[in-house]
Amino acid sequence: MSKEMKIMKPIWYFVGLMLMTIGGIILITGLYHLFTPRASAKVLAELYPDIWWGGIMLLVGVVFFVLSLRAVAKQTKADG
Amino acid sequence: MEAIGLSFVDWIIIFIYFIFVLGIGFYLKRYTTSDEDFFLAGRKNSAWVAGLAFLSANLGALELLGMTGNTFKYGMYVAHFYWIGAIPAMLFLALYMMPFYYSSRIKSVPGYLKLRFDEKTRVLNAISFGFMTVLVSGINLYAMALVLHTFFGWNWDVSMWVSAATVAVYVSLSGLMSAIFTEIIQFFLIWFGLFLVTALGIIEIGSLQEIFNRIPEAYSTLWSTSSDPTQNGMLVTWGGIVLGLGFVLSFGYWTTDFLVVQRAFSAKDMRSARMAPVIASFFKMAMPFIVIFGGLIALVLSRDPNSGFHLLHDGGKVNYDSALPMLIARYYPSGLVGLGVTALLAGFMAGQAGNISAFNTVWTYDIYQSVINKKASSAHLLWMGRVATVAGVLISLVTAYWAKSMPTIMDYMQAIFSWVNAPLFATMLLGMFIKWITPNGAFWGLLAGMGSSFTLFLAVKFAWIEKSTITLSSVASDMAANFWRAWWAWLICFGVTIVVSLFTQKKPEKELVGLVKGLTQETVDQPVPLLRKPEFWAVISLIILVVFNIYFW
Repeated sequence: MSKEMKIMKPIWYFVGLMLMTIGGIILITGLYHLFTPRASAKVLAELYPDIWWGGIMLLVGVVFFVLSLRAVAKQTKADG
Repeated sequence: MEAIGLSFVDWIIIFIYFIFVLGIGFYLKRYTTSDEDFFLAGRKNSAWVAGLAFLSANLGALELLGMTGNTFKYGMYVAHFYWIGAIPAMLFLALYMMPFYYSSRIKSVPGYLKLRFDEKTRVLNAISFGFMTVLVSGINLYAMALVLHTFFGWNWDVSMWVSAATVAVYVSLSGLMSAIFTEIIQFFLIWFGLFLVTALGIIEIGSLQEIFNRIPEAYSTLWSTSSDPTQNGMLVTWGGIVLGLGFVLSFGYWTTDFLVVQRAFSAKDMRSARMAPVIASFFKMAMPFIVIFGGLIALVLSRDPNSGFHLLHDGGKVNYDSALPMLIARYYPSGLVGLGVTALLAGFMAGQAGNISAFNTVWTYDIYQSVINKKASSAHLLWMGRVATVAGVLISLVTAYWAKSMPTIMDYMQAIFSWVNAPLFATMLLGMFIKWITPNGAFWGLLAGMGSSFTLFLAVKFAWIEKSTITLSSVASDMAANFWRAWWAWLICFGVTIVVSLFTQKKPEKELVGLVKGLTQETVDQPVPLLRKPEFWAVISLIILVVFNIYFW
């Protein structure tokens, strides 16, 4: 088994990847509809919940992703 | 009833979720090389991973929809399921029971019964648990298809087969580890997917206080109307809540149900195993922010004719489970709808995976290895676990179609926890804390408890006896009857176990070392700083619980 195979990526890596991907899609969709308004607006649409919520998800995802990559790198180094 | 439509972006998000969970299953397969890897995730999880999985195994989509709908119906009383009906039991498990479970290195709850009592008690519990788990899994599958069909217009067969096949693939590839990974992803999806509903609801109505101002007192209090069952929507007294829900049902579920306890067993050491339920308790206490406040927001909006909000109707009856989906439809634009639906789907599938991973463990260790093939090797048990996973999913599908053709079985299934878990808690409590309880006492007590719970259920269902006979009150709901039935089953198991133990042969004390209080070393942790002690965080959790109960009294 290679060294990369031995160290299992932690769950936080996958959580980060998932939040980044879905958050990014929601953010981009919200930004698109900022310039191309939807046919029917939802209640409180004027708050643009998709833009800021997608942004928060993306940000949290990046934090999880980067921290988990750093933890894997540290573990790999420690294992020689 | 008009279905809630999904856009292309929503479908993309749902598709990405499926790719992720299947990908995780394939990725983790290379790390699953022994039976311990498959059934106990290699016992290498941190307290946070085990703790979030411990909570998420219980956090199904049915619960989210059902509890939000129940809040619409009953008001704040539903919060008892999250507070007194969960937290004391979780903390008791962490502080007092986990040392016996974890130090005995057992692989399942029935495995503890074998060590503490004997083989027949283990097999009795294994069979009843396996039966319950696979039936509940099938019923959940049916309920999932029902929700997806009702709210989103999806095809029954496609919904059931696609989700069942996905769960079968990723659980059979890497067992408990992939179940835990997807449960934690589900945890984040649920919070990100549904927290915003409540936040937007509070913004629309004005404030949390304004929500409480706009609903009747019977809906906005926790305890102040509990002395008279006619004064609260749940038609229950404080005695039913404390004894039935807070003590028997809650302790029976959180301390003995292998589905949740298995997650704590996967922890890397004793401290992490004990911290897992403590960590989970904080998030459990926070769940009412989504489900209870969500239900109250739906209630406020539906009482305001200018809001344009109403629940869906099905065959002329209000569909209370539609409260959460209708709030999603009210506030979420495309993209966010996909996230909300994915959160519900993840809840369904992670719940399914949880049931199947607990079933395959109990089947393989406590029935197959215990009764059928005592000399099975690790590789053979790993193979059997994968076979049991696929078989469990297939039985679930059969049960789901059975439920579809005969929806009344749902009534039976809702009561199944009090048949199996309530008496088991009496057996565990006596077994762990009293050394003279005998194997025959445990076996006959458990059998009597399970039998009496089932008989009481049938007796009320078919009106052989009045509901008020078991609830000790002239007014009682089905939920109140459920609480009281659990209490009587527990009491009967407790009494029979003690009486039979007085007249039957005890196990030698040397065989009970590490399994019973008084014969087990009291120091369970290495010396650690105060902030790393489970006891410290358990006290904090308990203080928050008390504050919540006083605040919403």
